[in-house]
Amino acid sequence: MENKNKVLLKVENAGISLNDKSLVKGVSFEVKQGEIVTLIGPNGSGKSTTAKIALGIYKKIDGKVKTYTNKIGYVPQKISIDWTLPVRVSDFMTLTEELTQDQINIALNLTGVEHLKNKSLSNLSGGEFQRVLIARAISKQPELLVLDEPVQGVDFKGEIALYELIKKISDKMKCGILLISHDLHVVMSATDYVLCLNGHVCCSGTPHNVVKDSKYRELFGDRASNILSLYEHKHDHTHSQDGTIDQK
Amino acid sequence: MLDDFFIRALLAGIGIALITGPIGCFVIWRRLSFFAGTLAHSALLGVTIALVFELNIALSVFLISAVIAIFLLQLQTKTNLPNDALLGLLAHSSLAIGLVIIGFLTTIRFDVMGLLFGDILAVSQSDLLLIWGGGVFILIILKIIWKPLFASTINYDLAKAEGMNPDRYNAIFTILMAAIIAISIKIVGLLLITGMLIIPAALARNISNNPIQMAFLSTIGGLLSILIGLFSSLEFNTASGPSIITAALLLFLISLIKTKKFSELKK
Repeated sequence: MENKNKVLLKVENAGISLNDKSLVKGVSFEVKQGEIVTLIGPNGSGKSTTAKIALGIYKKIDGKVKTYTNKIGYVPQKISIDWTLPVRVSDFMTLTEELTQDQINIALNLTGVEHLKNKSLSNLSGGEFQRVLIARAISKQPELLVLDEPVQGVDFKGEIALYELIKKISDKMKCGILLISHDLHVVMSATDYVLCLNGHVCCSGTPHNVVKDSKYRELFGDRASNILSLYEHKHDHTHSQDGTIDQK
Repeated sequence: MLDDFFIRALLAGIGIALITGPIGCFVIWRRLSFFAGTLAHSALLGVTIALVFELNIALSVFLISAVIAIFLLQLQTKTNLPNDALLGLLAHSSLAIGLVIIGFLTTIRFDVMGLLFGDILAVSQSDLLLIWGGGVFILIILKIIWKPLFASTINYDLAKAEGMNPDRYNAIFTILMAAIIAISIKIVGLLLITGMLIIPAALARNISNNPIQMAFLSTIGGLLSILIGLFSSLEFNTASGPSIITAALLLFLISLIKTKKFSELKK
């Protein structure tokens, strides 16, 4: 690729085991500025674990992880805010960073939840909460964004809009993105590099190459290979929820 | 007229309420109520060790609390027993060891009741100095670490990923808790200090919607408990520590009524 941008994150032969059982091993990849790297794989294949390794959340890991920025935004897969904690959306936005009211409003506006600013976090629905999580992660203008299934629980229309937003952010703010997603359509259309995980890296490369890999077919089935062809015809139309094609 | 001893008691109580207000919020948020109780129980051991080796009581209590906290962390890595079981184990065994040691101290007259329930009316000048000096120090530290500590309280992974170093701030907070127990044990006693940490914060939760407000209201609640408790103990000649906690409970019950009204208003 012609990408000569700065490397933000470098993971070398990394892995982790718990009680002598390996959760994930031998993972290597890089995330550069303006690049989207996506982790795919079945449940329990170590996607979130790999993201946490990359973020330095675990104390003891195998291999090496190097981060070349400290401006990191993270959207974790699961987060629960207890009722005991009286936190409004606006308090949550400034959790790790000082922000002006304008910056908070802009970020919430981008993900379409500005009206929730003074609401309690514990009163939000799952989808609303995801939008707030994404807004929080991008509001600090990070150089590296790590998104662990960022649109889970978001309605279908919002899902597309949020993925478009993520793509736009990576282009405009030139930040590198490490994305975990189940949505193969999105992965194949917006990603620069894909890692297919199942406890280890099964295959990796550009979306184009990964789809052709026999291991990818084993993991996701033959139908998943058609994803790319579906996408490649997607320039002049969109697919709605029931599979029909809307002409633009 | 108010006597000197009562003025000192008031000043001591106000100092305690100012510290336990905000710290108590974190105790509730982080689900450390049992942990605070365990540290308080271990204070008895701290006091007896101070008597045996002729050490400063506050310093000895502080050190023992810190040792218990470290010991708990060690136990957590060695066994899969749930936290509440480990805390119960530490709380009651340290209390028991403390009481056993007291049995050997035949030459020292020792007021166990005062230690368990506090004796706010016997506060000396140097006690006041310890509470206010230590209190100001604790509050300054809390102010400095508030943001990273709060982030770690909301979500460990998030704080760690975004460079907040949650382990460090969790450790500092544990030390602050040990320090609070050390300086306030004489005033409210080891059985009641946990009440002072939890009840004002709990009543504040019922009537607040953001963290700063909750810390503020918790402090107000603590101050009111001290004032009501102390004046009624003077009036009705009841023990001061238990009177304070009873006052706090009454305020908590009132805060429940208020939340009901609030939620009805919202409808």
